[in-house]
Parts: sequence; structure tokens; C-alpha cells
Amino acid sequence: MPFPQALREALMAAFVALMLAIPLIGFRLADTMQGLAIETRFDWVAWGVSAVFVGRLVLGLLRGRGRPLGLAIKMPALPPNASTMFALVLGVFALVLPFTPLGDRYTVELAITVLIYVMLGWGLNIVVGLAGLLDLGYVAFYAVGAYSYALFAINFGWSFWLCLPIAGVLAAMFGVMLGFPVLRLRGDYLAIVTLGFGEMIRVILLNWKEFSGGSAGLTSIPRPSFFGFPFTANPEPGQTAFHELFGLEFSPLQRIIFLYYLIFALALLTNFFTLRMRKLPIGRAWEALREDEIACRALGINPTNVKLSAFALGAMFGGFAGAFFATRQGFISPESFNFIESAVILAIVVLGGMGSQLGVVIAAAFLILIPELLRDFSQYRMIMFGFAMVLIMLWRPQGLVAHREPSIRLGAKA
Amino acid sequence: MTALLSIERVKARYGPVEALRGVSLTVDEGEIVALIGANGAGKSTLLMTICGAPKAAEGRIVYAGQDITGTDLHDMVKLGIAQSPEGRRIFPRMTVLENLQMGAYLGDERNLSGDLERMFALFPRLAERKYQRAGTMSGGEQQMLAIGRALMSRPRLLLLDEPSLGLAPLLVAQIFATIREINRAQGVTVLLVEQNAYHALRLANRGYVLVNGEIRMSGTGQSLLDDPDIRKAYLAGGHG
Repeated sequence: MPFPQALREALMAAFVALMLAIPLIGFRLADTMQGLAIETRFDWVAWGVSAVFVGRLVLGLLRGRGRPLGLAIKMPALPPNASTMFALVLGVFALVLPFTPLGDRYTVELAITVLIYVMLGWGLNIVVGLAGLLDLGYVAFYAVGAYSYALFAINFGWSFWLCLPIAGVLAAMFGVMLGFPVLRLRGDYLAIVTLGFGEMIRVILLNWKEFSGGSAGLTSIPRPSFFGFPFTANPEPGQTAFHELFGLEFSPLQRIIFLYYLIFALALLTNFFTLRMRKLPIGRAWEALREDEIACRALGINPTNVKLSAFALGAMFGGFAGAFFATRQGFISPESFNFIESAVILAIVVLGGMGSQLGVVIAAAFLILIPELLRDFSQYRMIMFGFAMVLIMLWRPQGLVAHREPSIRLGAKA
Repeated sequence: MTALLSIERVKARYGPVEALRGVSLTVDEGEIVALIGANGAGKSTLLMTICGAPKAAEGRIVYAGQDITGTDLHDMVKLGIAQSPEGRRIFPRMTVLENLQMGAYLGDERNLSGDLERMFALFPRLAERKYQRAGTMSGGEQQMLAIGRALMSRPRLLLLDEPSLGLAPLLVAQIFATIREINRAQGVTVLLVEQNAYHALRLANRGYVLVNGEIRMSGTGQSLLDDPDIRKAYLAGGHG
């Protein structure tokens, strides 16, 4: 690019940066002796704007005329079963993780969190990735699952294994309830309504104090037991604790490892269910609907029913994950189910490549581990998070794993 | 012979614009009927009105003795009416096989493998490309897939919208030969909308000419082909 044009673009970028930086960086509220006061930091603004100007100028001079930045990475051609192999390796690694030297308490707890998001990602993948319905309120179903487990377990003393299916069914019912009125909407409109629904559930939980405990949340949610054998050092009389059953030394890690395998199994269930659904007519109809709704109707597919089924099933897995979340935390409050959660889960699906099961795993690991690893720079966490997202959008705008696996392959029976 | 489909004085509007001004036509069981006309004459609108989108503002549509005016598009397949919509509308990211399976969505699972074999016999090109993504195929192959997909529901009446659109002349001939075979060998009644009047009228038992939302002329395919007005208006460009 010739120098004058690059200069013009750099000046333009610097101007935009200046406009943004004055309110965002230029002023800050400071706590002084006389109460709140406004401090100015125009030197910061100057530094930031200069950095944008120089960066844009260099970029403009390096780049040829009219050519795109050329950052997009083409994935090297992998052998056809590479992703299967990778998934298998990942699965085996996840299976043995708690018993490797890596498996200390911190790592296993972190792995549980990652797996919850993997499961939520896989659940939302049915709705967004396969059926192509943009759902910005997925966290509502997560909340329904969590609160239904917590309320049934606290009030009626029902066990986790009884409450788990109930949580799933309730969440699915909420999915249908939301789906019925809104599924005639498309694209942006659907996104807005689902966003509102997610917030509605949170606000109801926040304000209906008699029912949900309001902002104080629900505490002392029963911990799961190993099929009736609790994970406690000193079981109540007449009960056998887990460590006694297997003649082990008591360790708090046992319960965490159990939780780890529980969420691992639940997540795998979600995955196998989705893989199976894709081979059935209804699952194929989800994907077909994403591609062309008119064509689907011409083939006799009732779009409302197909969308509802995707919504309900996606919601069901959200409910399962919610029940698990409640039993793991032992405490839930509406704070855990705000819009940011929905956004993170959606980011996992989009980043993973819309519809790719393996992509969801990689994206979930990435999005949960990066902020965790950046704990020491916690001030700059959101900046780095945003920076990473921008880089991904430049490099892999179609998501990490964009390839769609056909539901039937060469050599398989039709 | 009784009419399988009869359209009686149907009117349709897009807002204030009257796209169909009282169209009547019949399609008998076992026939191929061609509907020809210039761009914007209302041909596609008529096909879409049969399928309920847009709904007919006036008039009646009767199929197999049953009034189907205003029935929803997605309920047509259950009645035995399949359509290959305008612009083919195959599922580009799905494979050929998956596209065909979607066509049999409402059908009996037990018929599936037999029907797939029939389709692959009818369109050998699709058999070669079974596992290929449909969006990566040529226009002619996509057209074959669109017709094959519609046939997978075992229809009694097949509605085809511009099957020759954008295809090379050799492929056009091939597609029309296949439509004849579908009609003869499988006994499917066909209502065909075409701009390619020459091929359409040669294929059809009967034809209708639509001008400005009205039926201007009708007759056997051959009689329309021989009509000097039609030759001048629709066949002037040779045998396109």
C-alpha cells in the first residue's frame, strides 16, 4: 500500500481509538477522602492512540494493495480418521486423568469444570450447531436443572439418581414451553426472545424468595453418594461409607474423583446420544432445517415439530448438567446463571465450529483453561480473553473444527 | 378419465399485485402436463399456490376428490404430492445419500433401501456420487438429486419447477428423458413448469400457456408446438 493511503488509514484508526479511549480509559472513578472523584488519565489515552496509529501504519505498509490480511490458517490435510484418533486419545486421557501424577485436587476440580462446559456445549450444539437455532438463553435450562435438583433434594430428600431424570424432563418441558411461541421466529428475533427468556428465569429465581431463596440462593444441597454409600469420614450409624465399602483410607479426593467420573459419563452420554440422533431421520431433519427450511417443508417435514424436538432435547442435557452443577457446588444462587454463562456456552459452540462434537471439547478446554491459567494477570483477563477471540476470528473464522462429518461413510451400510 | 388435480378459477395476490387472475386447469392421472409462459407470467406462483404458499385468495384446488385449498406446504407429502422446488434447494452440506434419505422422511423405513436402489438406477450419476457433498456437484447433478429426493416420498403427483434452469442443452435432454421414464415406468403424474417450451411441450401430453396470470391457450403438447403464435412467442430462439 502506498504511504499516503496507509497514513490515511492509520489516522482513521487512531481517531476511532481516540473516541473510544477518552471515555473508556481517559476517566476513572477514584475513592478519595472527599468521596468519589473523577481522575483523568490522558497520558494513557495518548499512549494507546499512538500504539494504534503506529500499528495500523506498519500493517498498512506491509500489506499489498487491496489484499486481505492473509492470516487465515488452512488446516493441514489430515488423514480421514485423524479426528477419531484424536478423540480417542483425548477420551483415554480423560479416563485415566485422576490416577496420573497430574490428578491432584486442583486439576481434577478444574477438569470437572471443563467437562461441565463440554456437556453444556454438546447440549447447545444440538440447538445451535445442528438445528441452526440461535439460542442466547441456554443458561435458563441449566438453571432449571440445578434448581429442580436442589429443591427436590432439600425438600423431599430425593436422591441424585431420582432427581437427575426429573431435572432433565423439567428442563425439556421448559424448552417446549419456550419453543412453542417463539419457534416461528427466525435468526435475530429468535435470539432476542431466547435472551429475554434466559433473563426472565434468572429474575424470577432472584425475586421469588419463598420458592428459590432469592439472591441468598439455596444452601446445603445434598452431596451425591456412591449409589447409597456416602463419601464421609464418619458415616451415620447404620450407613456404610464409600471408603469402608472398598476398605480404603478415607480421603476427600474420593468424592471429587467420583464427581469427575459422573460428569465424564454424563458428557459422554450427551455425545453418544447426539451421534446416534444424527443417524436417525429426526437428527438429519435438524441439519436439513438449518440448511433450507423451505426445502424441508416441501419434503413433508413440519418445521415447528422438528425445531421443538431440538429445543427440548438440548434443554434436557442442559438440565442434566444443571443437576450435576448443583450437587457438586452444594450451593446455588441466581448469580451462577447470568447471561455471561449463556455467552460462554455459545462461544464454545461457535468456536468449536458449529456442529462439531470434537470442536466443542477443544473450545471448552480453551475457553475455561485460558482464564484459569491467566489467574496471575487477573486484571487483564478480559483483555486477553478478547484478544484471543479476535485472533481466532482472524485465523479460523469458521471455527476450530469446521468439517462436517457425514452421518454415513463409504463402506458403511446405507 | 377423472382429474387427479383440478384448479378452479384460482386467484393469488402479492399485496396489491394480482399474480394469478382466475386460473383453471386439470391434470389427469398418469399424464404429464406442461405449463409454459414467459418470465413473470405466474407459472411458479401457480405451483406454489397449489402447495399453499401463498394461499389462494379465491377459487378451489381439488386433489383426488379432496379440497386442498390452503393446506400447509408440509402436509402435501402426506397426500402424495411431491415437489422439486424452484432453484433445486438441495441441502448443500449434506451428502447425496443423506439428501435422498431426507426425501423419505415420512416414508416407511422398510422401503428405504429399495427406493434408494431405484433412484440410483434412474440416476446412475448419483450412485457414483453417493458420499459426495451435494453442494459440490454440477447443476445438472443437483437437479437430478432434487428430482430423486422428491421421488423418494413415493408420490402420486410430482410438481417440477423449471427442471431445465441453468443446464447445458445435453443435460436438459437427459433430464427430460428421465422425467418421461418416471412417468411411464413408475406411473407418477407430472405437472411441469418450464420456460424451455420446446422440450416441455414435446414431453407433455398436454400443455397450458400462461400469460399475465391467465391461461391464454391450452391443448395437446403437439398442437401447441405447431401453433404459429406459440412458435413466434416462445420458440423463436430455436430449440434451446
